[in-house]
Amino acid sequence: MTEPSPPEASLAELCIFACSEAFRGNGEVIATGVGPVPRLAAGLAKLTHSPELMMTDGEAYLVEQPVPIGPRAYDDRKPAGYLPFSRFFDAAVWTGRRHAMVTPTQLDRFGQINLSYMGGTYDKPKTQMLGVRGFPGNTIYHPNSFFFPAHSPRVFVPEVDMISGVGHNPAKRTPGGNFTGVDLRLIVTNLCVMDFGGPDHAIRVVSLHPGVTFDEVQAATGFELARAETLTETPLPDAAALEIIARLDPHGIRTSVIKDNPPARQG
Amino acid sequence: MTVPAGLDKRMSAADIVAQLDDGMTLGIGGWGPRRKPMALVREILRSDLKDLTVVAYGGADVGMLCAAGKVRKLVFAFVSLDAIPLEPWFRKSRESGALEVLELDEGMFQWGLKAAAFGLPFLPARVGLGTDLAELGGLKTVQSPYADGETLIAMPALKLDAALLHVNRSDWRGNVHVFGPDVYYDEWFARAAAKTYVSCEELVDRMEDHYPDQAQANIVERSFISGVVEIPGGAHPSSMPPHYGWDMKAFKAYADAARDPGDWAAVQDRFVGASETAYCDTFGGKEAVAALPLPIF
Repeated sequence: MTEPSPPEASLAELCIFACSEAFRGNGEVIATGVGPVPRLAAGLAKLTHSPELMMTDGEAYLVEQPVPIGPRAYDDRKPAGYLPFSRFFDAAVWTGRRHAMVTPTQLDRFGQINLSYMGGTYDKPKTQMLGVRGFPGNTIYHPNSFFFPAHSPRVFVPEVDMISGVGHNPAKRTPGGNFTGVDLRLIVTNLCVMDFGGPDHAIRVVSLHPGVTFDEVQAATGFELARAETLTETPLPDAAALEIIARLDPHGIRTSVIKDNPPARQG
Repeated sequence: MTVPAGLDKRMSAADIVAQLDDGMTLGIGGWGPRRKPMALVREILRSDLKDLTVVAYGGADVGMLCAAGKVRKLVFAFVSLDAIPLEPWFRKSRESGALEVLELDEGMFQWGLKAAAFGLPFLPARVGLGTDLAELGGLKTVQSPYADGETLIAMPALKLDAALLHVNRSDWRGNVHVFGPDVYYDEWFARAAAKTYVSCEELVDRMEDHYPDQAQANIVERSFISGVVEIPGGAHPSSMPPHYGWDMKAFKAYADAARDPGDWAAVQDRFVGASETAYCDTFGGKEAVAALPLPIF
């Protein structure tokens, strides 16, 4: 009897699988995934290769079993610990015991991010967004990774409009400041996986999703990308991973993350 | 059932607003769409109070006060309604250039409240370096006098003239109890403020006679509380666990009203009302608030 072939993975599922690698071997830190793909990735990492990870239920309690996303009974969670906002900076951020994966509005060639405003000035922005939230603290104290569902030159810009997170820009290295906590790890998009392993922490493509070329990635990026010596193909999630992802996302919220929910292996 | 003279801190919402002056720096507790003292904010919106400096982890409280032109300066790290990520009225104010702002990281923000609470001019922070915050906000640096010599941001104290909180329970003397999974930085708003006024879901005469077993919920001591008023449903449309969740339908209506022409004067009555009773009646009264399910994250 032959093994049944695994169900075909979607591109979103491939991204979740790739994002989960960011959390591998991080130790006992809070894995925070903001948005469906990063959050499912953190849960997948904890349930597979990195059970030592810690995470919240999305609110204030620490859970040892990742909480499924989407509608469920209010008390359908089993807290093992407590990490409310009221002690988040003391416990997780300013102690460096966290790895966050987020989706800012812009990211530039230095890894600087923006989610405050675009265009105009501080006093009169053209487009006001969320505000810097906790990103200045996150990026100077603990590891950060990023997920973008739509890789484009509007997201990957030469220099962000308002620097809301610390990157590797030499011009922003205040003399005497301690930047040893700056630790930008992985960027996963709908096209590829990148890291900061190029010259002087330049953003570097390390794997391409099935059917994607380096030139396509470069064309969708507003600055020059470095290229790993050996560019691999981003691996497809295995059947076990797909089963866990489906269990953590029973309502299929992941199908709405990437436009038209394409398959992982594209024509 | 009396309490000693001077310790009975009961007042009306209008009395509380009457304690505030034009130009004051006002802290507002809660976080985004959660446990906001909205009834007190609505009372401000019914008053002539103006030129406020508002310090908040902002939600509709900030959006409404900005829309109504009550805010001269805003100190913030974000303004959001969570499920509606971008607060539309705050956006309009920002994009019209109407606000002076100090934008901060969420952690720096609470650090500034703590500096104020301890009577310090600033507290050192690593956060802010390497971003545009310091330059845009005029934040200065200090150098560690010890061997490390590290350069740090001097996060200035966020001294508040007054703070507003919505709590689950209080007694006449201002012994508050706060429940729910997260109390955010409400206690630090209170400690950073010269005076703190609380609205509550339930007011009792003497806490020890009613809930002696729940004193651990007393997140800040009554010496920091200057006035209390009972307003069940007073956080609506924000959430107030364990009593009720946020009213996303109300938030959506509020957000939709910001679309063109988005004239606050024309819609304020729907979201503020002539009185708190009139406001509550627009969506079925306090019973309807109490029935709102708690949010799921």
